[in-house]
Amino acid sequence: MGLFILRRFGVIVLTALCLTFIVFFLTNLYPNLEKLAKTQANARMSDDQVVSWLDNRGYLDPMPLKYARWLGVAPAYVRTGDDGAIVFNRCARPGEEPDEVGRYCGVLQGNWGFSTVFRSDVLDILAERGWQTAKLMFWVTVVMVPGALLLGVFAGMREGSKLDRSLSTVSIATTATPEYVSGVIFIAVFASSAVGLRWFKGTATSAMENITFENFTLPVLTVALYGMGYIARMTRASMTEVMTAQYIRTARLKGVAFRDIVLKHALRNALIAPFTVIMLQFPWLLNGVVIVETLFNYKGIGWTLVQAAGNNDIELLLGVSIISVIVVLVTQLISDIGYVYLNPRIRIA
Amino acid sequence: MKQNPDYDGPILEIDRLSISFFTRLREIPAVMDFSVSVQPGEAVGLVGESGCGKSTVALGVMQDLGVNGRIVGGTIKFKGRDLAEMSQAELRDIRGNEIAMIYQEPMASLNPAMKIGKQLMEVPILHDGADEQAAYDMALQTVTDVKLPDPARILDAYPHQLSGGQQQRIVIAMALMSKPSLLILDEPTTALDVTVEAGIVELVKELGVKYGTSMLFISHNLGLVLETCDRVCVMYSGEAVEDGAIAEVFDRMRHPYTQALFRSIPLPSANKTARPLVAIPGNFPLPHERPPGCNFGPRCDYFEAGRCDAQPIPMRDAGPGHNSRCVRFEEIDWDAPPEASDKPPAPAPGAPVLKVSNLKKYYEVAANALTGGGEARVVKANETIDFEARESETLAIVGESGCGKSTLAKMLMGLETATDGTITLGNEEIQDKPIEDRGPSQVSDVQMVFQNPFDTLNPSMTVGRQITRALEVFDYGNSDDDRRQRMLQLLDLVKLPREFADRMPRQLSGGQKQRVGIARAFAGDAKIVVADEPVSALDVSVQAAVTDLLMEIQREHKTTLLFISHDLSIVRYLSDRIMVMYLGHVVELGTTEEVFAPPYHPYTEALLSAVPIADTHVVKKQIVLEGDIPSAMNPPPGCPFQTRCRWKEKVPGALCETEVPPMRNFDGHQIKCHLSEEDFASMEPVIQIAAE
Repeated sequence: MGLFILRRFGVIVLTALCLTFIVFFLTNLYPNLEKLAKTQANARMSDDQVVSWLDNRGYLDPMPLKYARWLGVAPAYVRTGDDGAIVFNRCARPGEEPDEVGRYCGVLQGNWGFSTVFRSDVLDILAERGWQTAKLMFWVTVVMVPGALLLGVFAGMREGSKLDRSLSTVSIATTATPEYVSGVIFIAVFASSAVGLRWFKGTATSAMENITFENFTLPVLTVALYGMGYIARMTRASMTEVMTAQYIRTARLKGVAFRDIVLKHALRNALIAPFTVIMLQFPWLLNGVVIVETLFNYKGIGWTLVQAAGNNDIELLLGVSIISVIVVLVTQLISDIGYVYLNPRIRIA
Repeated sequence: MKQNPDYDGPILEIDRLSISFFTRLREIPAVMDFSVSVQPGEAVGLVGESGCGKSTVALGVMQDLGVNGRIVGGTIKFKGRDLAEMSQAELRDIRGNEIAMIYQEPMASLNPAMKIGKQLMEVPILHDGADEQAAYDMALQTVTDVKLPDPARILDAYPHQLSGGQQQRIVIAMALMSKPSLLILDEPTTALDVTVEAGIVELVKELGVKYGTSMLFISHNLGLVLETCDRVCVMYSGEAVEDGAIAEVFDRMRHPYTQALFRSIPLPSANKTARPLVAIPGNFPLPHERPPGCNFGPRCDYFEAGRCDAQPIPMRDAGPGHNSRCVRFEEIDWDAPPEASDKPPAPAPGAPVLKVSNLKKYYEVAANALTGGGEARVVKANETIDFEARESETLAIVGESGCGKSTLAKMLMGLETATDGTITLGNEEIQDKPIEDRGPSQVSDVQMVFQNPFDTLNPSMTVGRQITRALEVFDYGNSDDDRRQRMLQLLDLVKLPREFADRMPRQLSGGQKQRVGIARAFAGDAKIVVADEPVSALDVSVQAAVTDLLMEIQREHKTTLLFISHDLSIVRYLSDRIMVMYLGHVVELGTTEEVFAPPYHPYTEALLSAVPIADTHVVKKQIVLEGDIPSAMNPPPGCPFQTRCRWKEKVPGALCETEVPPMRNFDGHQIKCHLSEEDFASMEPVIQIAAE
């Protein structure tokens, strides 16, 4: 088992490297850099000035070298004056002396760059925003997973019954409604002051300090409902299949009551397939988070991503992408390990 | 808790039962006017081909017919109480407690995600209100009763960690946990190997005596029913056609279907030239296309228009405790021998066409498939195989699953290449030539008929196209017309109407599909046809027809037939020579007479004893092998059979455990064994036919 996790971990690192390189490559294309130069220095720079501005900051070096620097495995770009003294060091923050900071400053050194939008360290921003999103994700999971499993199991235990039909309709409807539709509808119905019920608040800004039922229900529900329908459909499909299996007949003809057949015999087998789907759903949730956080003005990772993308904040974008890559890969690792525990037929030496 | 402990009437009384399934289109009657009763301690067999409604009866008794099934007439009484009138709670109390069931596929009937122990303990906890400890003790006791080694470890295992035979023992243990009054066995051994089957049958009989349980034994295998049951009921197309005591029905049958069934199975008295099998003509009627009057009428030799198809035929008394659903049984001369055949005798085997010498096939498998790590292990699928096959000879390759017979077939076909040794076809060595490197003539020379006709035809290609495709591969003919002509001839050859060329495989029955498979194999005038269990997926009455066809074509074409099978009855009937395999080794090789008579290899002896024979005159010696076939991944040292051999003590020293025995030659009859000449001489025949 230890070996297995170690191997998987190696694969994760490799995947993360590839994915970040792709993001790095795309965000460091010349048009982006040109925009960066113009926003950072002077919007009316001539093309020559842009080139020299970029060149002076090491932006025009070969892509692999720049990537290695960003990672922190190659020394950062420095420019020396005519006397050999360091006059520019990428590692130096505003206010720091270029010759006093170290030569390596990359992701590995914990230096994720400096956000041009928020004018602060990327890692600090990510930590703060990430925590906000984590809280949102946590509540989404708490609502979505048990809800979806219940829906799926109830629908699947008696295929074709009225209960099945109505629950299936509900789950199809929720999956077919994207967040930007359901979010708007929820705000209109439950939060708008004109016609709505005014049960909940239409903004979740206050939830960043203090989560209440009133300010957090709508964002959580908006994200959860979308994923819920999908997982419920998968669970139902798996459950109906299990309920027709021969060992369920064995249990029935052993005299086991229907409730116990579902709980003791069918459930564990029925959860094997949806488990992978649930774990795959977390990366998908990140999508929803972007929309919902913007819609409800909740300043988490998704909101930060929108800001970073809108303002060409290259290093912040890279930071967000690292977080996403880690979330995706770690959930997949959890899914593989959990699968082994659910399904006794798979054993990892 | 058991109900009516003092009840002493029949345990199960089924009276004029009719069960139908309801679809959107129509009502489909599955069982009609079916009556049977089971006395305490009695074993009743329910025999019939697939689709005759025997499993529906079992599910009807369990009151578990699903959403679409319903009992539309008659009653099922268990210990005098009508099951149809019971509430769900009462039924739950009876299921698994007083009526228990054993299923066909043990792997599918056990919950894969629950430990064996937990599944067993559920029964007493549910029905006797036992606590965990008491239930565990009971489970341990029952697992010991079904003769499984190391019961504590087994209780802690998951189903996939056990072999098929062990799983079936667990299913039996589960059924016996509550000491039921009635045990329903639905084809309990169909999915198992013969020697394992023999062990299970032995166990079921023994437990039946020990616990005094009544049994309803459902099977398509007449031999098995003879070994296990006191009375038998033969079903055809939803109706019971004949019932009575075993000896009565087997020796004094009074229904044409029963007679036809017996004539279509290879009994020891059958012989491919003098007394060939008689196939039942026609096809099983679909439930909604049953003929008026007697269901068997259209396929019956004694059919008389106006009488047999006039009105529904009732069950009538045909002797003490013997009933038959035939209007003419008094008029039929039951002792008349079947029509003598005018089949030409098989041509004498010619020159050798295939020579296999010292052939080996090893597979390397990674120790851990998921992570790919660990040391690679070697599976020795075939070990030093030596034999030759002659023109127009039928060589049977016999053995149980995992003995390497399919690997051998794959190497002959070129789907695998040999690790060592040679395969000589004609005068060319082909062991290292994969099928891609073989020329069209070599490919068409060695062809195969597959086991499962349902999966080996392309479902989206017409029958004619599939055969023409084979002809194209074999480079037959110069034009499409040539090939079409040849394809139609091939359809004639396998006795299928020419219209079938434009049909899709799904429109064909199992037997017809297998005929298409045979046509495909013989398309390029194959010199060697490897038939891998060609009839085992088919119903008994169809088996005879397909077997006959195969032999007829073989005679005409002087083809060498390599007939792979685990069924010794059919092998005895059609083969000239037999090769017995065990764990990759050829353990015995000789003519059919030699292999079926002593001296035997100890494994052949056990195999012969394990085959159920549906003939009351046959006396068999009981040899039940202990344990399971060892894994080819980890074969025992020395003789492959030493772990289960009953003759092992006769060999001095630990010879069996250390050395692979040499091939001993008794005038061409070869046996791979360490036993001495005297021991071989002391062997008695396993199957003897008692004098009338």
